[in-house]
Order: sequence, then structure tokens, then C-alpha cells
Amino acid sequence: MIDWLPLWLSLKLAFITMIILLVIGIPIAWWLAYSRRRWTVIAEAIISLPMVLPPSVLGFYLLLAFSPVGSFGHALDRVLDIRLVFTFPGLVVASLIYSLPFMVNPLLAGFKNLPPHLLEASQTLGKSGWTTLRRILLPNIRASLITGAILSFAHTIGEFGVVMMIGGSIPGQTRVASVAIYDEQQSGNYSLANHYAITLLSLSFAILLIVYAVNRHFNKSRSIL
Amino acid sequence: MTPDHFQKRTDPEAPAPPFLSFHATKMLHTAQGPQLFDVRFDLPQGQTLAIHGPSGSGKTTLLRILAGLAPADSGHIRVGDETWLDTQRRIDLPTRHRSIGFVFQDFALFPNLTVRGNLEYALPPDTKKAAKAATTIIDELLELMELEALQHRRPALLSGGQQQRIAIARAIARNPRLLLLDEPLSALDDEMRHKLLDYLLKIQRHYHLTTLLVSHHVTDIFRLATGVIRLEKGRVERSGTPADVFADKPQITLTGTILDLTPAGDTFLVRIDCAGTILQLDISAEKAAALRPGREITITMQQSSHPERP
Repeated sequence: MIDWLPLWLSLKLAFITMIILLVIGIPIAWWLAYSRRRWTVIAEAIISLPMVLPPSVLGFYLLLAFSPVGSFGHALDRVLDIRLVFTFPGLVVASLIYSLPFMVNPLLAGFKNLPPHLLEASQTLGKSGWTTLRRILLPNIRASLITGAILSFAHTIGEFGVVMMIGGSIPGQTRVASVAIYDEQQSGNYSLANHYAITLLSLSFAILLIVYAVNRHFNKSRSIL
Repeated sequence: MTPDHFQKRTDPEAPAPPFLSFHATKMLHTAQGPQLFDVRFDLPQGQTLAIHGPSGSGKTTLLRILAGLAPADSGHIRVGDETWLDTQRRIDLPTRHRSIGFVFQDFALFPNLTVRGNLEYALPPDTKKAAKAATTIIDELLELMELEALQHRRPALLSGGQQQRIAIARAIARNPRLLLLDEPLSALDDEMRHKLLDYLLKIQRHYHLTTLLVSHHVTDIFRLATGVIRLEKGRVERSGTPADVFADKPQITLTGTILDLTPAGDTFLVRIDCAGTILQLDISAEKAAALRPGREITITMQQSSHPERP
């Protein structure tokens, strides 16, 4: 019988990651898009690093950083009583780093594709950066917001290497769907592994379908602009 | 305040201090290499000053420094009793604290808001609370610019002339101390330009705003401006009334529509329809590359400064 807990954990992890990434991704993308400083290039490269790095490399370094034996993990453990290795909060932190480019890059592209004078026009009308962001910029990059949210959600569901390194496979804690597939396959339960795999496959397909449908819809309405 | 000081201010002989006093320098990186922008001028209240000059002479830079959208290397800007920029005292008022209405070349209307929404956005928050007063200002502007019928539409679907009227109305809505217009008529066809000129004159008569207008159309400048400064390579080359500035070089301007371009050996033959009269000009292939049939073209003929040619 299929155990739904890993799928539920995957969805929960992806949802929490997506929400937090929306909150931190908007200011990061805004800063990258409008800062005149040259070293934003370095920041862009660092943010995009998880896209090209083998997930196991990222997981390995996060494991070292979070480990209670290391100084950072030790301090977290002692001062805040937080353990990030083999725990769900640890998975959230790792997913935030792992999926950050999938949120920031669409938002950055959205900001950069806006007509250049919108921000300045709002400033000349006496509006603060916050008012401009809330009332002018964000409403005009809705497609990017939706794309960023969906892609970071989907990418978090699909992560495997990072989760394996830092979370292991603790049922109800860190045993997400992608790990469950691997476990079942290792134990020879091919039919069970297939159930998880087919669910993830359909889910991923549905998500991408939504992304492309949304983009097509907004591109149509933009072509009238 | 000393009696002396008081005396000075009421002395009818003393010239009134200028409403706007501007001086700024900035190193510009143009296609022709680095070039120093160094411009100084004064403007009395309620006047309209046109800024004229070839492209790359610093016209838009002047407006952007005045609006705080571009930093100046050094300079001093005073508007009324406010200092907007004083690099020596490290004062640089951010754009949103400068009371301006800026009309951008590309209009920069907010696509997510309706025509009315665009105007309402421009109002300061405390006016919004006094909802009645705000409604009056907006309604007045919509009526003046003949936009009432369009007020609930989104700007993206409207014509260039309509968008331009919205942009001007939006810039005026907050009753700014300075109105800055960056080539407000250049994106419009001829008929539309003349109509919009009338709207701008209406606005001038109604609100008496101190205005800076970047324009390369001498006709527009004569109709709208009380003064002109002509920029050349980042410096004021000439200033005065439109008649003064443009009088020294008698010129005839013809406007027509390009009919077609035909290659003729190394050059091109361009036919232009000027109010029914067809002109034929022989031009280089390089110049022809920039011309498109159906587009409007202005031909300026200027009397040569050399009386006799060898």
C-alpha cells in the first residue's frame, strides 16, 4: 500500500520554500535590477550557482556548515537550540538556497523588461520606493511572480541530492517523495517506487503546463500593450 | 531681519530673485567621447523656457539633473525658497521630494492603472483623504484634456496623442512647482502635434506653471516658450527670446512626406511630397538607409553665413 506521507512532506516543503522565497526573492531581484553598483554581477553569479552545481556538492557543504561539530552548527545548536542536520527545518533552509535562482531570475527578468521610465515616473510623482514597488512594479510583473513561484515550488519537489546529503531518510521528517522512490527501488519494491514516480511525473507535468499557459496568457495581453 | 534687508526687498528697482536658478556640471560619456556638461541659467516664475540643440548636446541631461534622476558632478539648484541641489553643502534632494511634473518621451504611463487611476496615483496621499478636492482636480484635468470618455480605459490601447494628453494631465495633477517636458510632441504625427500644442497652450493659460520644454521644433518653441537656451556640446551657446535666438540664421523649413527611394548609381533619388509639390533630391546611400517611405521629413534651408562662395 502506498504511503502518502512522503508526498505530503514534499508538498509541504515546496510550499513553505516557495512562500519564503517570494518574501526574500522580491527585494533581492529589485536590488539586482536597480542597483548601479558593479558588483551585483558577483551576487547574480552566486545566486545562480545552485543551477549548475551538482546538488550533492551543495548538500555536502551545507552538511559541513550545519553539523553540530562545526562552529556554525554548534552555535545554532547552543544559542538558538536549532538543529539543521537530519531535520525538516534543515531541509527548508537547504531548499531556500537550492531553489533561490528559480525565484530570483524570473523576477529579475520581469523588472528588467519593464519600460525603463515607469520607476522614474513614479518617483517624479513623489512616491516612495515601497509605494512604487507595491502599486506599479509588482502588478506589472505578475507573470514573472507566478513563474517564479511555480518554478521554485516545482524545483523543490524535484530535489534529491541535497535532501539525501542533509536530511537522510527519516519517515515523517525528511523522507520526501524523491527519497522514497530511491529507498523503495533499493529495497526491490519496484511497484511502490513506480507509484511515487508516476505521481511526481504527473505533478511536474501539470506544473509546467500551468507555467507555459500563464506565460502564453500574459504574453498575449502584453502584445496589445 | 534688518531694516536694510527689508528695504532691499521692497525696492521696486531691484530685480526679483529668479524662481529657478540652475547651475550644474557633469562629465558626459557620449558616442563622440567624453564631454563636459556645464550649464547655468535662471528662470522667473510662470515662464516657459525651451531647451533647443542638436541631439547629444545635453538637453535631456539638463532635465534629468533638475529632476534628480541623474546625479551632477557639481552644482547648485534653487527653486523658490528651496535648495534642491548644493554639492558643496552635500544637499541632493531625492526626486520624490522635488515638486515636479515630468513628461517622458515615451509617456511612461502605468499599464496596470486606468486613465483615471494614473491621474489619481499622482495625487499626494493627504489630498486623497480629502476625496472631494481630489475628485475636483481630476475631473477638471480630464475635462481640460478631453479625456472624460476614456477615463476608465487602460492607457495601452489608446492612441499616441491620447497617451500624451494623459501623461501631461498626470504631471500636472499634483500641482508641481516645475513642469518638465522632454520632447513632448516628437512621438506624434503632424496633425496630432498641432492639436497637442493647443492643449499645452490651454494648460499654460490655465495653470501658469513654470515650464521647461525640450524641443527641436522651432515652431513649437515660438508658440509655447517665452525664452530659449540653445545647447551645443553641453554648453549654453545662445539664450534669449525665441526671436533673438533664431533670428540670426534666417531659415526656411519645409515639411513633407517621403514618397519613395530609388537607387541611382552610388546615390539614391528620394521623392518628397511637400503639400502637393513633389521635390526630388539626390542623397547618399548612407543617408538613404535612415529614410522610410511614408515617414514625415523636415527640410531646413539656412542662409549661409559666408556672403559669397568662392
